[in-house]
Amino acid sequence: MPVGKRIAIIMSTSMVRVIPVDKESVVNKMLTIFLTFTKIGLFTFGGGYAMISIIENICVEQKKWITHDEMMDVTVIAESTPGPIAINCATYVGYKQKGIWGAVAATLGVVLPSFIIIYLISSFLNHFLEITWIANAFQGIRIAVGLLILDAGINMFLKMKKKLLPCVIMGCSFVTTLLISLFAWNFSSVLLMLIAAVVSLVIFCIQGAPSKKGGEGR
Amino acid sequence: MIYLELFIGFLTVGFFSFGGAYAAIPLIRDTVLSYGWLDEDTLMNMVAISESTPGPIMVNMATYVGSSKAGVLGGVLATFAVVLPAFFIILLIMVLMRRMLDNPYVQAIFRGLKPCIAGIILATGCHMILKNAFSPLFQQTVEFRPLVIFVILTLLYFGLRKIRKKKMSPIMMIAISAVLGVAMFGV
Repeated sequence: MPVGKRIAIIMSTSMVRVIPVDKESVVNKMLTIFLTFTKIGLFTFGGGYAMISIIENICVEQKKWITHDEMMDVTVIAESTPGPIAINCATYVGYKQKGIWGAVAATLGVVLPSFIIIYLISSFLNHFLEITWIANAFQGIRIAVGLLILDAGINMFLKMKKKLLPCVIMGCSFVTTLLISLFAWNFSSVLLMLIAAVVSLVIFCIQGAPSKKGGEGR
Repeated sequence: MIYLELFIGFLTVGFFSFGGAYAAIPLIRDTVLSYGWLDEDTLMNMVAISESTPGPIMVNMATYVGSSKAGVLGGVLATFAVVLPAFFIILLIMVLMRRMLDNPYVQAIFRGLKPCIAGIILATGCHMILKNAFSPLFQQTVEFRPLVIFVILTLLYFGLRKIRKKKMSPIMMIAISAVLGVAMFGV
């Protein structure tokens, strides 16, 4: 057995010595990607859009991992694909650098700090909320959150093209959602979104290539 | 089976949350309330905490709901599930179909989705404000203090933007509202 063990050790050390230069640089690179995105995840407050500017600052200007144009591209893609925008960006940059595993490293890195922080908070928040003044503070905070959500909605509406179809869809989804929440109906927003997508697609197909009728004028 | 429910619930959220965190809040609210995981007040507290801690809001919410419902494993599963669609869709777009998003049919779908999401977000915001600021007015013991907080916050938030041409950061907003809450309801 000792002989076998020794051979194994020699094998493994020699393996480490033969492959090392390449492999180590790959591991290093992955570690750099991971740590960079951990830093980004740790120091950006306020969600996705705040994160985009930080990612731009670090990955474009400091590290030169991607170009400015690519960053613009990702932002556009991130906005029209589902999921957290920061995750979309991290995945993109990581993939550009080191393929699938780079993407994994970047995504893990960006998620890890907030996971740990929130996990810690969640384990003692309920005890926290039993303290009167903190519970009172949260009565105020909940109103601020409502206002922030409303403002996000308003901004989205302002950016929208003010044409008939989008406005009708928005009105319908607004009224439906409000009724749903007021009367606690069981109707999911996902279903609402699917309906809107289908309606828009069908109308697009009916209007066809050169819209002869031009029901809403384009 | 809470783990499976958490995973599927947050996978759906991750898959349908076009347009960032605020689009995800109504979805998460839907999921959480329909499974009966948390009540609405707790959820709103969580939104506030997710806003004031670093990291993507959606990830924070997922971690929070998951771990408060089913411990570490629950937190890991929910977070994993909410991230998964974004991760794979970006890979898919980069590897296979860079031009997929330019396809006119895909564009048509987005034209339907965006206003729908805007409507959902607006309604969620309105509901939150109605519930927290206006409905206490119609309770047996009439409570006007939430409404006062609402008016002050609205004036500050939109007023400051008009004057300084710059948005107040969400964290600042939450800090001010916390102070107002303590000031109004006592220590």
